Amino acid sequence: MKLIVKVISTITLSSILLTRQGIAQIGKPFIHDPSTECDGKYYTFGTGGGGLISDDGWTWNGGAVRPGGGAAPDILKIGDRYLVVYGATGGGLAGGHNGKILTMWNKTLDPKSPDFKYSEAVVVASSDGIEDNDSIDPSLLLDPTDGKLWLTYGTYWGYIRLVELDPKTGKRAEGNKPLNIAIDCEATDLIYRDGWYYLLGTHGTCCDGPNSTYNIIVGRSKKVSGPYLDNIGREMLKGGGKLVVAARDRLIGPGHFGRIILETGVEKMSCHYEADLDQSARSVLGIRPLLWKNGWPVAGDNFKEGTYEIESERRGYALQIAVDFTRMPGGMRFNRNNDEPIKPVPSQELADVVKTWPAGNIGVNLSDYMFRPHQKWTISPVAGSGGYLGGTYYKIVIAGTDRALAATAEAELITVPSFTGTPEQLWRIDQLTDGTYRIMPKEVPNSATHLALVSSGDSTPTLAKFDVNSDNSKWNFRVH
Amino acid sequence: MIMVALKVHAQSAISGGKPDKITDNDSVRTIAPFFTPATTSKKHPDADGFIQRWMLLEPINKSIRSNLVFTNNYLKAQFDTAYFPNQFTVVPKDKDKLNVGQQELTWHALESPTYNVKLFRFAYGLKKHTYSVLFWAVTVVNSPREMKNVRLAVGSNGGSTWWLNGQQAVVMDGDRRMVMDDCVSTRLTLNKGKNIIRGALINGPGLSDFCVRLLDENGVPVKDLTISLQ
Repeated sequence: MKLIVKVISTITLSSILLTRQGIAQIGKPFIHDPSTECDGKYYTFGTGGGGLISDDGWTWNGGAVRPGGGAAPDILKIGDRYLVVYGATGGGLAGGHNGKILTMWNKTLDPKSPDFKYSEAVVVASSDGIEDNDSIDPSLLLDPTDGKLWLTYGTYWGYIRLVELDPKTGKRAEGNKPLNIAIDCEATDLIYRDGWYYLLGTHGTCCDGPNSTYNIIVGRSKKVSGPYLDNIGREMLKGGGKLVVAARDRLIGPGHFGRIILETGVEKMSCHYEADLDQSARSVLGIRPLLWKNGWPVAGDNFKEGTYEIESERRGYALQIAVDFTRMPGGMRFNRNNDEPIKPVPSQELADVVKTWPAGNIGVNLSDYMFRPHQKWTISPVAGSGGYLGGTYYKIVIAGTDRALAATAEAELITVPSFTGTPEQLWRIDQLTDGTYRIMPKEVPNSATHLALVSSGDSTPTLAKFDVNSDNSKWNFRVH
Repeated sequence: MIMVALKVHAQSAISGGKPDKITDNDSVRTIAPFFTPATTSKKHPDADGFIQRWMLLEPINKSIRSNLVFTNNYLKAQFDTAYFPNQFTVVPKDKDKLNVGQQELTWHALESPTYNVKLFRFAYGLKKHTYSVLFWAVTVVNSPREMKNVRLAVGSNGGSTWWLNGQQAVVMDGDRRMVMDDCVSTRLTLNKGKNIIRGALINGPGLSDFCVRLLDENGVPVKDLTISLQ
């Protein structure tokens, strides 16, 4: 599993402890131009050296070590080693564009490991300060089709370039010449999917807080050498690019795309935001679901707390607690007097039915949605419950109550009268690459198996192994 | 990671000043290979319809703190400023000179081998300021017939405004990178015979450039034109 992320934020590792739920990472997620690797842990390396480490992908703290300074590293695991690439210079920060990109190896990213030792860095690309290229902002791709190792680099200062490296040495492939593949981007990232090479870049201007205009765009090509075209056939060499993500959720200026494939159908993208308006407008690490629509990557939405119908992708039925159906007033369609005044009929409310519900555990099932109280679920993050890459754990309760969805030791579902915070009552929610969602309990009692909420029948939910190719495993959250 | 916007260029407006030094390696400066002298030979737009023959005025020095200032009103104020006589009507000749404040500036008749006109390289090669600058560009498009419902399609690094036959056609405000067909005009009529396209582009830090082409009513590049400078 290759897990690489390019992320970012400002260089200062602040001591501010953040507790915002639902979107932001917590801990100290401040770092600039990082790149994340998974080695049992998540590592995020940033501009200026150093970086962040996370055990779960949600809580980040300092501790990662990268010598060499410079800007915007990327890291790729090749065999049993990690190849680190970084720009030794800072781009146009000081007005100069004499850039150098270097690579170096390490057996581990864990600075506490006895194997932690970087090899001597070697220059693999450079720019003379005059030419239309600034050799910083590198990114690596190990081509899954032929094992070749590719490096893209460059900034708004002219061209984005592609060169080939030797995956055995990390050095420049002998005789290889740079190829121009895009203009006016920064922080490119080259990825491969289903026969296409995708070149992602950052447009706009960074570093101006809430006024930064950074946004992430993409073009694609059937050949790694290009031409990279956007969705209307415009070359990235002529400025083309399809938007992947711009500002949203009070997060402004996304840049430095990175892709993380957690498993088939479950992908994340990392970026940094130039300003998080909920965190003093500081630059922060961002991790979002990565969706694929019509062959193009699109940023998904991290789950937002709220009250929802939980809809099965299988038949479209809604998750509900197994209680007796309670009729609403309103009359039947027959024998209605057309002259009677038209007036609204109030929705059925929780108070109308809750006293008819059993006090203890209640099972769950699926049925067509009728916006009844037993079908409405309030989903909210649970502070201190930990998290995973891109999200924290949630509780799922019947709206207006503390009745919580829980996993049973038999890998079935039940609701308990009160939420207590036990792992079987905590839920992980990941948006999938097709835009639907996977819902998983943090733990199934007495089991180490990771299971997901699955429709075993149109009307019957259970917990089972997630199958990305089955609508049984997929869910939607509807607001009515 | 690049900081583009905030590099302060507090050069005095419309002053002489030394050319920007971008590296110790820049001992020799030239506009080649980014430009060649314009000739009088018959020239059409390129295969994609881009106009590559232009009269370019050496950059007017400005004071620009950030590219984020390029609002519509800012551009209007900047381009409405009278820098030189007849700036909205003149069709200059190669090597014509004029004065803007303390700057003596020269028009250059040039051709770009690329679809985009690299104004940064124009300024750099002529040892002029490259950042915090305002450029003027003029070209003459000769049409074999009247063409209705054409659109002027422009991309520019920096804010810019473009006029066709004296009528404002495209305004590109904001902090822009050069993207082909970024902004296009409303439907316009291209006269039979001579048509004048004029542009003004302003930029702070950045590799100033632009690309211009005409699109027909179906969005197809108009290529049966000849480009001259008179």
